[in-house]
Amino acid sequence: MGRFLLAILTILGLSSSALKAEEKDSKEKKFNPGELIMEHIGDAHEWHLWGEGDGATAIPLPVIVYSRDRGLDVFSSVHFEHGRKTYKGYKLDHSRIVAVNEMGTIDAIDASVNPELTDGIWDISISKNVVTLLFSCLFMLWLFISVARTYVANANGAPKGKQSFVEPLITFIRDEVAKPSIGPKYEKYVPYLLTVFFFILVNNLLGLIPIFPGGTNLTGNIAITMSLALVTLIVITLTANGGYWRHIFAMPGIPVGILVILTPIEILGFLLRPFVLMIRLFANITAGHIIALSFYSLIFIFGEMNVGLGYGVSVLSIAFTVFMGFLELLVAFLQAYVFVLLTAMYFGAAIEDHHAHVTDQHQTL
Amino acid sequence: MELVKPAFGLIFWMFVSFGIIFYLLKKYAWQPILKMLKEREEGIQTSLDSAKKAREEMAALQSSNERILSEAKAERDALIKEAREIKESIINEAKTKATQEAGRLMAAARENINNEKMAAITELKNQVALLSMEIAEKILKEELTSQEKQKTLIKALLEDVNLN
Repeated sequence: MGRFLLAILTILGLSSSALKAEEKDSKEKKFNPGELIMEHIGDAHEWHLWGEGDGATAIPLPVIVYSRDRGLDVFSSVHFEHGRKTYKGYKLDHSRIVAVNEMGTIDAIDASVNPELTDGIWDISISKNVVTLLFSCLFMLWLFISVARTYVANANGAPKGKQSFVEPLITFIRDEVAKPSIGPKYEKYVPYLLTVFFFILVNNLLGLIPIFPGGTNLTGNIAITMSLALVTLIVITLTANGGYWRHIFAMPGIPVGILVILTPIEILGFLLRPFVLMIRLFANITAGHIIALSFYSLIFIFGEMNVGLGYGVSVLSIAFTVFMGFLELLVAFLQAYVFVLLTAMYFGAAIEDHHAHVTDQHQTL
Repeated sequence: MELVKPAFGLIFWMFVSFGIIFYLLKKYAWQPILKMLKEREEGIQTSLDSAKKAREEMAALQSSNERILSEAKAERDALIKEAREIKESIINEAKTKATQEAGRLMAAARENINNEKMAAITELKNQVALLSMEIAEKILKEELTSQEKQKTLIKALLEDVNLN
């Protein structure tokens, strides 16, 4: 166990001497809010804590790169020295890992990028977002498995502790989302909907906490929302019944001439549904982070003009950020709810009994 | 745009970790929790149903109690009424009997009094006759004490006789 911890610490390379750098350069740089915001809402190979430029204090994270020519490389991002150095033939280019022609540790500016190799890189580093992802997964495992234990130990008793916080949400998802949207066969979808709901909720809330391990824009990352939407698409594809496919490829009771137009639209709709899920969550959460950071940036923009003005604006900025924080708290719940609600409705459409539906329509006609 | 370009690494880790937590949570959290919730809801439903049933039984029992009570009351009222009628008839009978008896007694008493009165009158007549005799005797004795008087009387008596 001790050796394992030591190995992790070595990979992380958490040594203060490596983190400290000269502060002279950063003083001369002008404050750039766009860069700051983009850096915050994007991913990184180190966890930035405080400071800026080369004087920043950050937790270096492990880099895992695979390339067909060079094989698998695992090392700490501390070797990049915030992008100033190359290591094992790689360097950081705006927090993206690119391959360089020169091997060995040399200055990043001198190294020449190898575009052919760069295209063949598989970067599966434990980045800032991955750390948050793993943390939130562990947190969820701990929370729900311990709650499940309470349920088994406290069978048929009134809920208590964590149980009473989690239970209304679980019953809400089951009774208000799954049951009405999916129909009588809702039960087998409930575990998936619960996992998605709590995954989004936990990460949305984690994103609102400004200190480690929160503050990352995980649910506002297109890769995460795309993965969630893809899983939903896969589940729909696997569980959809014949009626659903027939309605997409050959809508019953429609002449062939119109089907030529309708079928492409239906196929587009089929793909558009998960796409909308992906974009909505991504845009909402990212926007929240951008707004909060913009308000903070205002302080420093005005502070650069005049220190007093900066302090004055900070009062307003903080007031607005507090307000936005409450709004984001609502959005955190709302977006998780909307995501699972739409997912449940898509599932419901996929397993709907179309035969009964069609006869109903004929009767009403 | 770096922002809308999904990073392969993150997708990879997302699928790995989401798959693992989905499996683990489904097996060790959602299934036991949902099972327990269902059991508890069914338990609550059963208790509610049995409480409702008990309440209905209570209501039925109460209504039957009320019916019995009202029947008993009616019976009691009938009994009281009957008793009152009997009482009144007894009293009336007794009254008529008493009146008759009183009448009979009065009649007997009156007859008795009459008899006594007649006896008393007869007695009185006898007494008066005796007394008259005595008085007449005494008067005669008184009248006939002297020669003179005897002569006058005889004379008077003789005069009467002569007249006759």
